[in-house]
Amino acid sequence: MSYTTHADLGGQPGHGPVRPEPEGELFHAAWELRVLALTLAMGATGSWNIDMSRAARETLPDYAASSYYEIWFEALQRLVEERGLASAAEIASGHMRTSPRPVARVLRGADVAAVLARGSPTERSATSPARFAQGARVRMRCDVPRHHTRLPAYVRGRAGVIGRLHGTHVFADANALGLGEQPQWLYNVVFDEAELWPGRAPQGLKVSVDAWEPYLEVA
Amino acid sequence: MSTRPPHKHGHEYDHEHSELGEMDLRVRALESVLTEKGYVDPAALDALIDTYQTRIGPRNGARVVARAWVDAEFREWLRRDASAAIASLGYGGRQGEHMVAVENTASEHNLVVCTLCSCYPWPVLGLPPTWYKSAPYRSRAVSDPRGVLADFGVTLPETTAIRVWDSTAEVRYLVIPERPPGTEGLGETELAELVGRDSMIGTGVARRP
Repeated sequence: MSYTTHADLGGQPGHGPVRPEPEGELFHAAWELRVLALTLAMGATGSWNIDMSRAARETLPDYAASSYYEIWFEALQRLVEERGLASAAEIASGHMRTSPRPVARVLRGADVAAVLARGSPTERSATSPARFAQGARVRMRCDVPRHHTRLPAYVRGRAGVIGRLHGTHVFADANALGLGEQPQWLYNVVFDEAELWPGRAPQGLKVSVDAWEPYLEVA
Repeated sequence: MSTRPPHKHGHEYDHEHSELGEMDLRVRALESVLTEKGYVDPAALDALIDTYQTRIGPRNGARVVARAWVDAEFREWLRRDASAAIASLGYGGRQGEHMVAVENTASEHNLVVCTLCSCYPWPVLGLPPTWYKSAPYRSRAVSDPRGVLADFGVTLPETTAIRVWDSTAEVRYLVIPERPPGTEGLGETELAELVGRDSMIGTGVARRP
């Protein structure tokens, strides 16, 4: 089974200049707010996790041509259909035709503040010592997994240094596949610009990513 | 659709009598089905929209920065355990569960991006701006940050190193900009007003009074 993400943009050329906007400008249509709220409310039903939603978004065929909230909308619709919570026909018509499926929970208006304040921490108690210490040299794996991953293409195969240890966190790759949390040590790995962008005029730049232990090899 | 966003100037979506577009209709249909099936409580949607439109935004982060500027002990706490230090001011939770504060100095400037999606510290900065989620920012922040800064009208000395943090996991980064000169006599509230959102992402610097 192949897996194609359209979201791995780091270092890609040709996207043009950034267009800054003032601080208060976040939405450009009223429906964007509804999509945001629907996505959060449906996420709270426990029918999927955040890594599954990221996987649903980044594999949308129209990702590059869509606005960010269009991507959220399409992915939400896709997840709702895939889980059998509503059919494409129901979503298109706006009317229920089959009875609802049970969901783990429904977010009530009165509980929103408490649920947001609690959040969804991903740190778990460590069950094994960290393989790498601060300052250790590591190389990022270069194989491309056939599933959702959080190892960006621009650092694959590159060597860096462990900048910080973040503790043990839910492993996105496993969580996206529904294989459980499988917590792994998470590291901040720092790269020199010459390693990432050889041959380019130096800018005095270092770049870091946060990477789970399975992404790393001894350099 | 029981709520409308408050008015902002110059936006198409404020034209109350304009015809509904295709996306309006599609989103409305999805919302109707999900509500009718009982998966979604309309009151929760209203509360979520109200929270992210009016309650949680970059003024939260500005208060964190101003406190760090005036209180050395708080600054030390931020370095040691940013999640706890920020929570002591009342900010935390969704998309800010694991915070790291990174401090700009004369010799190093920090810039935050999420090249893979749109990870952003919601409790202190609110929802990300459109440009933060856009392909130009996500592609170039890690390869040409000085060019990105130029798009924001910011030029740093060549001797200032640039440190880019790509938020690829669930750790969220808040930039503590440098305190501008000439602010010695200002109190925390006045200082917070100098701290714009972009200065806490790293695409800007704090304003001078």
